[in-house]
Amino acid sequence: MNKTVTSAAAAVADIPNGATIMFGGFGICGIPENLIAALVARRVTGIHTIGNDMGIDGFGLGLMLEAGMIASHTGSYVGDNKLLESLLVSRSFTINLIPQGTLAERIRAAGAGIPAFYTPAGAGTQIAEGKEIREFNGRPYLLEHALHADFAFVKAWRGDRMGNLVYRKTARNFNPVMATAARVTIAEVEELVEPGVLDPDAIHTPGIYVHRIIQGERYEKRIERRTVRKVPA
Amino acid sequence: MTHLTDQKKRERIARRAALELYDGAYVNLGIGIPTLIANYVPAGIAVVCQAENGMLGVGPYPFEGQEDADLINAGKETVSELPGCCYFSSADSFAMIRGGHIALSFLGAMEVDELGNLANWTIPGKLVKGMGGAMDLVAGARRVVVTMEHTSKKGAPKILHRCNLPFTGIAVVETIITDLAVIRVTKQGLVLEEVVPDTTVEHVQSATEAALLIPAPPRIMAV
Repeated sequence: MNKTVTSAAAAVADIPNGATIMFGGFGICGIPENLIAALVARRVTGIHTIGNDMGIDGFGLGLMLEAGMIASHTGSYVGDNKLLESLLVSRSFTINLIPQGTLAERIRAAGAGIPAFYTPAGAGTQIAEGKEIREFNGRPYLLEHALHADFAFVKAWRGDRMGNLVYRKTARNFNPVMATAARVTIAEVEELVEPGVLDPDAIHTPGIYVHRIIQGERYEKRIERRTVRKVPA
Repeated sequence: MTHLTDQKKRERIARRAALELYDGAYVNLGIGIPTLIANYVPAGIAVVCQAENGMLGVGPYPFEGQEDADLINAGKETVSELPGCCYFSSADSFAMIRGGHIALSFLGAMEVDELGNLANWTIPGKLVKGMGGAMDLVAGARRVVVTMEHTSKKGAPKILHRCNLPFTGIAVVETIITDLAVIRVTKQGLVLEEVVPDTTVEHVQSATEAALLIPAPPRIMAV
């Protein structure tokens, strides 16, 4: 078994206009930067994106927004992307803002074969409008539905050609759940290794969820907010 | 009345909020003032800070040159690891939040009202940030503490009879800590428990739209 694809361009070559795609990452940490660049180079349009946020202006999903490729976005936070924020204030862009935990759980549910679930997050707020509300033990919960995608782009630290993935530190974030929830999951890794190299007890995403894997050609791994302490003299 | 800089106000709020911590607590510190609370953890107390992007055991900002693009907090700031830290996915992170495993959630607010309702994610027509993890945190944490400046930059009250802005959560706030006072949300209303030494009860009330209940003389807030 070999799920290796030769390049990011080859890995995204069959993605049609209008596809729904999940993007791993939190801010610009743990984002599939090579796959995003390859998709931007193809200039597909009408993409429905799902991701926690839209990165920052000029990097990550921000590049797709600036290229006019995105038809709608589902996420939990937009505050670090000025272009997106201004599009929203002027109401010229379709966005579906949902609580971060609800986003994660809807994606998890999709991957786990659970069509819907009840959550307390957002009860009594405007995101409850139009949703089924049910009380359990005297407390209101919202019915939320599984969130599927045509494709998921995920970024891991190391992976093998069977698709087993290991993430590094907080670059894990949404990547493992998104890997389970799409018809086609494409993973990019900093280091692609042979099967047997990764410790089977320490695999974060079992290979069954991954359909294509590429060795990322180049990693910029930008930092959004560099906060440091002085080294003591 | 002492006039404090914004920085001093923020430090004062964070210092008092840190007194809510207890040994062994797992806590989530939100963006802004709540992040500062980690600087004032009382001696002899060890808490574990959660970052909802997927980490327990968040440490201070890294030393210059040791910042790592793969290691950030929920405010997207570079942080460091404390011994015993661990990482997990966003789904696991919010399972522990929603499941009631986080003892204390500290958040900022645009508005809070006397029913404990919180608004902190959008100003229609002006500002859209998104709720991020705030709606899950206020629904799931065992205690929700709001840390914020008592009034807006223009001096308008932020502690209201009823919130005007879209809600983040309904009847979720338990305690409000500001640069002027500590206020507890109770079934009867907002109880003024502590007041800073350089102000008066009358001043705190004048900066607060909601009526403050004073069943016992307020204590002096540690600053």
